[in-house]
Amino acid sequence: MSALSILYVILFYVAMITLVAGITNKVLQYKRVPAPLKIAVTPAPLTKTGVVYRFFTEVVLFNSLFRATKWTWIFGFMFHASLLLAFFRHLRYVISPDSFIWPLVNNMVVQSFGHYAGFAMLVGLGGLFARRIFVDRVRYISSASDYLMLLLIMGIAFSGLMMSYVSHTDIVQLKAFVMGLFLFDWQNLPSDTVLLVHLTMVLFLAMIFPVSKLLHAPGLFMSPTRYQIDNPREKRHLSPWGAELEAKDGRNA
Amino acid sequence: MADYEIPETHEFPIIPSIMEGAMAHSTPFVAGEEFQSDMGFPFTEETGQLIDGWKEKFLELMKEKLSKYRSLQVFMDICVKCGACTDKCHYFIGTSDPKNMPVARQDLLRKVYRRYFTFAGKYFPKLVGAIDLTEDVIKDMYSYYHQCSECRRCAVFCPFGIDTAEVTMAARDMLAMIGMGQKYSNQIIPKVHKIGNNLGLPEPALVDTLEGLEEEVEEDIEVKVRFPLDEKGAEILLVTPSADFFAEPHIDGLIGYAKVFHAAGVTWTMSSKASEAANFGLFIGNYEHMREISLRIRDAAKDLGVRRIIFGECGHAWRVAYNHLNTLAGPWDFLDQNYPIPQHILEFTKDCLDRDILNIDKSENDHMTLTFHDSCNIARASRIGDTPGSQFTTPRQVIQAVCNNYHDMAADTIHDATFCCGGGGGLLTDDLMELRIKGAQPRMESLKNVVADHGVTHMAAICAICKSQFTKVLPYYGMTMDQIVSVHQLVSNAIILEGQGEEAGDSDDADEAA
Repeated sequence: MSALSILYVILFYVAMITLVAGITNKVLQYKRVPAPLKIAVTPAPLTKTGVVYRFFTEVVLFNSLFRATKWTWIFGFMFHASLLLAFFRHLRYVISPDSFIWPLVNNMVVQSFGHYAGFAMLVGLGGLFARRIFVDRVRYISSASDYLMLLLIMGIAFSGLMMSYVSHTDIVQLKAFVMGLFLFDWQNLPSDTVLLVHLTMVLFLAMIFPVSKLLHAPGLFMSPTRYQIDNPREKRHLSPWGAELEAKDGRNA
Repeated sequence: MADYEIPETHEFPIIPSIMEGAMAHSTPFVAGEEFQSDMGFPFTEETGQLIDGWKEKFLELMKEKLSKYRSLQVFMDICVKCGACTDKCHYFIGTSDPKNMPVARQDLLRKVYRRYFTFAGKYFPKLVGAIDLTEDVIKDMYSYYHQCSECRRCAVFCPFGIDTAEVTMAARDMLAMIGMGQKYSNQIIPKVHKIGNNLGLPEPALVDTLEGLEEEVEEDIEVKVRFPLDEKGAEILLVTPSADFFAEPHIDGLIGYAKVFHAAGVTWTMSSKASEAANFGLFIGNYEHMREISLRIRDAAKDLGVRRIIFGECGHAWRVAYNHLNTLAGPWDFLDQNYPIPQHILEFTKDCLDRDILNIDKSENDHMTLTFHDSCNIARASRIGDTPGSQFTTPRQVIQAVCNNYHDMAADTIHDATFCCGGGGGLLTDDLMELRIKGAQPRMESLKNVVADHGVTHMAAICAICKSQFTKVLPYYGMTMDQIVSVHQLVSNAIILEGQGEEAGDSDDADEAA
């Protein structure tokens, strides 16, 4: 095995462990911290099913963002939808054709639209980047990391497109490398520059995920204003530390 | 009227270009030793100074807040700076100051959070905009966390539901704990604890006021409508903002509640101990004070032996009552479980209207064309009625049941997109007058447009703060202070009680026309 391949095997494991452990740690932290008061932004759903529907409109349609600003919605939606397509398209490098989820990957939508998703992603990201520069309000709130994050993902999309359309890599060998990571049977990685650039940026993105604003993905589901059910009069809501306070003075007895 | 630069209003809303530092001078009076100590907060010899070891204390408090409030912890982490909220705050629209953009307001705290509590901010502060905690940062926080009325309009539009109010509340509480409490709120809360209401009206004064009111109403309509206080065994305890006892147009709302109770034939009482619906503990983000204020209501309900609790017209009071009363002062197992606990006066009145037990003459309000201002805390932080969004329909249904002429303001300025009056969240103080006037701009704009286009003459509200704020700012925008009315004032005008002389109603009408 080449030294380069060994380096990337290590990088892959480090990145994946950082990603999974980092997000798990953050989600557990959010779960650990209580929400002492009912703070649902109303109108809010009265049932659990209603909350699921609320999240559906937010996660799938970006409902609130749509109400807030159409441009950001268009670019943001374009980017995230392309990301999802690209993700599914990439699954074919990770799972074998005899897997039961193969049809999920090997279908018309993913393989045809997914082929062009990279372009839509670049347009979406470009729009978001332009907004950051040209809208004075958004420029004011942006720090270096906000621009760099967009550039990083643009770099990933661009290098990915390069491999699709300009400089192909040895996809069979790449798949062998990736499958090897799962089976702990390590294989050589093709040493094309574009592929290495692409992978390096992806691994870097995975590593910074738990310490960056990318936490919005899991955090969205932990936002009390959105997940709480609007039933404070029917059901008493009390946090552990609120209960302690009560126990101390007994005034709620 | 003092001299202030009044923002222009337009036919269609305009998002201003940012003007850095435009409101940097706006700072409310800091609470001195007297009020800080009454609140159990630390103080220094000279008001406005920070306590010794303030920095360590602030960071320690922040760590504690982050471990006690999931909202704060999550909101500090997940903002992506998308800009969706940047043009949604009435204070930004009215002042152009970029630090009044919700995300920038949150960033005052988030930058410090990143510096001391995150990997990126500890090792790469410049990259992620993390900053050291300095006295200047504290001053900035004190200024701009008192330019937020905790109205949550930003939270409606945020793709993640990040609520700036949660950040403002946490920041204010931490500031108070290092000697920078706000005078207005910290002066008021001890009065509630000691006397029972924000105004510091003691029981004898309250008795006097209510007796006067009884006489006034009897003179007016020739029916004895009671305003009972501390009457044991009454069915209903009414908890209402103390402004209802004396301020205009609040007091006309109180008369309205009394008439509805009278017509419905229920027994009710107010309490001298819980003679205040407002709960400024919410504004300053202090759970303990908010709980203490809420527990007064529990004690009063037990002492008086009531079966139900009803709240009068007050926005944030209803937020605390609806969302938090059960948490802070429950469980309410000693009350009648057949009714919502607590219940809003509009729910009561609406029910009476639905059952057709009120005798209504809508023409009594024919001299007015109404519009309705959705109060922020009712629109976005509570519910009135049984279904999501019934907080918008219930007041409108009641208004339209007692008035013939009604027209809504522009769709993007009502319901959950409503604009704050500009005086909520503990900012209803004279030392913030400039902010209040500028912050009212978006609401004044949409009001002026329905006045011009649809002949609206009056705006009805169900919040004591909204009513006081509009009374004060309407003249600055070329309108008159009596153009703001209570919803139950409209009910009061239209309701005809048994035994009420026809003439009495007419003379009342003539009075108002004159």
